[in-house]
Amino acid sequence: MKLKLLIPLVAVMALLGLLLLGLGLNSRDLPSPLVGQPAPAFTLEALEDPEVLLTEQDFIGEVALVNVWATWCSTCRAEKPLLMELARGGIPIHAFNYRDERDAALRYLEMTESPYRTIAYDPAGDAGIDWGVYATPETYVLDAEGVIRYKRIGPLSRQLLLDEVLPLVEKLRAEQLRAEKTKAKQARRTS
Amino acid sequence: MSRWVHLVLAMLVLALLPAGFALALALGEPLEFDSEAQRQQYETLTRELRCTVCQSETIHESNAELASDMRRRVYRMTRDGMSADAIVDFMVARYGDYVRYRPPLQANTALLWASPFLLFVGGLLVWWQVMRRRSRPDDEPHFTDQERAALERLRRGD
Repeated sequence: MKLKLLIPLVAVMALLGLLLLGLGLNSRDLPSPLVGQPAPAFTLEALEDPEVLLTEQDFIGEVALVNVWATWCSTCRAEKPLLMELARGGIPIHAFNYRDERDAALRYLEMTESPYRTIAYDPAGDAGIDWGVYATPETYVLDAEGVIRYKRIGPLSRQLLLDEVLPLVEKLRAEQLRAEKTKAKQARRTS
Repeated sequence: MSRWVHLVLAMLVLALLPAGFALALALGEPLEFDSEAQRQQYETLTRELRCTVCQSETIHESNAELASDMRRRVYRMTRDGMSADAIVDFMVARYGDYVRYRPPLQANTALLWASPFLLFVGGLLVWWQVMRRRSRPDDEPHFTDQERAALERLRRGD
């Protein structure tokens, strides 16, 4: 009889526990189905020059970051010093200028330094859908083969870089080196 | 006093007007389709796909820019003759299962789909317990000897 009295208490505690768990979850932390997939194809004008057409091939070749940004996105502005550090550290960063105006974007990059190596201009968010962009800023890590290995929705932080992004970049670079070595070995063997 | 009320009302209307226009623009895009089936497909799909930035809205009702991009893409793919399944698969491949408002029945959603039935069965069990207890009278009343004597006295009317 005494045990039965405890049932409502246990039920309420269980419910509260569930709610507490729910509080800790970030509904924006969604797993991206694109991780492990090759970089989606696109054809866009370069931000600096409408005559130049860029495709996903311009992003591929070495381990690189792809950052989605816009001038109207204040979080992107806040994130930029970190990207600058990465760029200075020798990590190539490509970018989508997302749903932005060319003039505004160019002026912004003129006034401050640009961390980006290649910038694809995506005013209508076309490539955005193909790349599964939710909202700016977003950052992808591509391996040397152009496979998406990581995606971050929202701004990067120093902690995130140290914990997740930089170790991954190191690992992917090592993989790339290994792949190149075996390729060279095979080439020597066949010749 | 009433002049103030009018002023406030007028300001409220002015403040809300742009929102109204935006809504009209978002919902009133004139769209042309090759067939009624295509229109049906577009209308159904935009109500079954979730706007991933404004998570409790479908792309049909959302004003977010991403939603309008997604609507445009659904429209274009529909016009190109893609089937509803192919379009949903396209979105799922990019945004994950989360983009569907109607989750598919698969291993990680099994509990979600089963939960109404589980709750129903649980409710039935509780109801059955309660009913059983209520319909079964205590067949053997337990009285002490003193109580029995007292009852007997009452019955006799002493």
